[in-house]
Amino acid sequence: MYEGIVQDLIDELGRLPGVGPKGAQRIAFYLLDADPVDVKRLAEVLTEVKDKVRFCSTCGNVTEEEQCRVCRDPRRDPSVLCVVEESKDVVAIERTREYRGRYHVLGGAISPIDGVGPDQLRVRELMSRLSDGAVTEVILATDPNLEGEATATYLTRMLRPIGLRVTRLASGLPVGGDLEYADEVTLGRAFEGRRNVDD
Amino acid sequence: MALYRDEAIVLRTQKLGEADRIITVLSRRHGRIRAVARGVRRTSSRFGARLEPFSHVDLQLAEGRSLHVITQAESLDAMTMTIGADYPTYTAGTAMLEAADRLAGEDQEPAVQQFLLLVGGLRVLAGGERDPSLVLDAFLLRSLSVAGWAPSFEECARCGAPGPHRSFSASTGGVVCPACRPPGAAAPAPETVRLLSALLTGDWEAAGATDARTRRESSRLVAAYLAWHLERGLRSLTHVDR
Ligand SMILES: [Zn+2]
Ligand SMILES: [Zn+2]
Repeated sequence: MYEGIVQDLIDELGRLPGVGPKGAQRIAFYLLDADPVDVKRLAEVLTEVKDKVRFCSTCGNVTEEEQCRVCRDPRRDPSVLCVVEESKDVVAIERTREYRGRYHVLGGAISPIDGVGPDQLRVRELMSRLSDGAVTEVILATDPNLEGEATATYLTRMLRPIGLRVTRLASGLPVGGDLEYADEVTLGRAFEGRRNVDD
Repeated sequence: MALYRDEAIVLRTQKLGEADRIITVLSRRHGRIRAVARGVRRTSSRFGARLEPFSHVDLQLAEGRSLHVITQAESLDAMTMTIGADYPTYTAGTAMLEAADRLAGEDQEPAVQQFLLLVGGLRVLAGGERDPSLVLDAFLLRSLSVAGWAPSFEECARCGAPGPHRSFSASTGGVVCPACRPPGAAAPAPETVRLLSALLTGDWEAAGATDARTRRESSRLVAAYLAWHLERGLRSLTHVDR
């Protein structure tokens, strides 16, 4: 245990995802040694990001405006909607430059053991977005793991009665991995080879 | 580090750091084990789908100071995607995994019966021939029995008077006779009590012949019985798509 504020800093850092107690200590001492100007800039960015960044009112992606960049872009195809778990998946797919439609960010995957069911995700918002008939194809791009697959299964059951084309990214994405770790080429191919979800 | 092998079912996975996961399994000889799978979230991982929930695997592990480390994983039965491809099956199966996690006892404490019960239950579930909700309820009743909380659906749970009885009390341990009936005991339909008994003994023919209303009432009683014995209920139970 360290004294007062140093321990507070270690405790706060330790609550970040992917940072263990040892890592928290390492980062804390790095910050104590660092140039005050650098640390001040980091602190400002942290405050600013919480003040400015919010979720796109249309698709749920992170943005500094009312709507995200993709939703504001008139060149994006409004008839195709790609459903992903998180904003970082939008970034991964944008990197491939294969996809010209729009997105819907669910905010996670269905995982009952973590208390997450359809009502805890942006499923209702998805259904209301589809109600005007502008979207003709929904691509389910949830992670290629159990929760992602089960979420796609649930959405397929909801979407099929509406009479849309529902597609899933092609296999070739290794099962068990996170979408964000797929390289551009593999992910791009998965988009091109997407298949209809069959009955 | 000492190495050991065991056969196991993956119960749950949690993200750890950049690309690792903590995998909780129920194993045949070592009970519940929590172990790290390194790099498993990278799409190039050699473990891939083998360490997803519901996977039946043969593992090689290295003992660590706090967490063990998975060094090899061979698939014995890949049930994951079959179960994930049907929503009612997925939600029932998830509740089975959570129950197994909660009822297995301490880490590293052998739980052979719980393990065999889970393997059998998941196989039936993945087989797709039975109502997932019935498979789940049968599993919960038997898993509670193995844990030492066997309910009685024939004799009075308190005095042993031969049944059939009309009242059910989770706190007393099953059906109760009129003399032993505590205040607030439920009064289920006779068919519901027969279904509960069939699920506990594995009489699938009788269980399969019941209607939806009976199954709903029986599920409510199983949930009440489980809630009485587990301090916190199962989180996944409210999400089961029945
Ligand atoms: Zn947007
Ligand atoms: Zn009695």
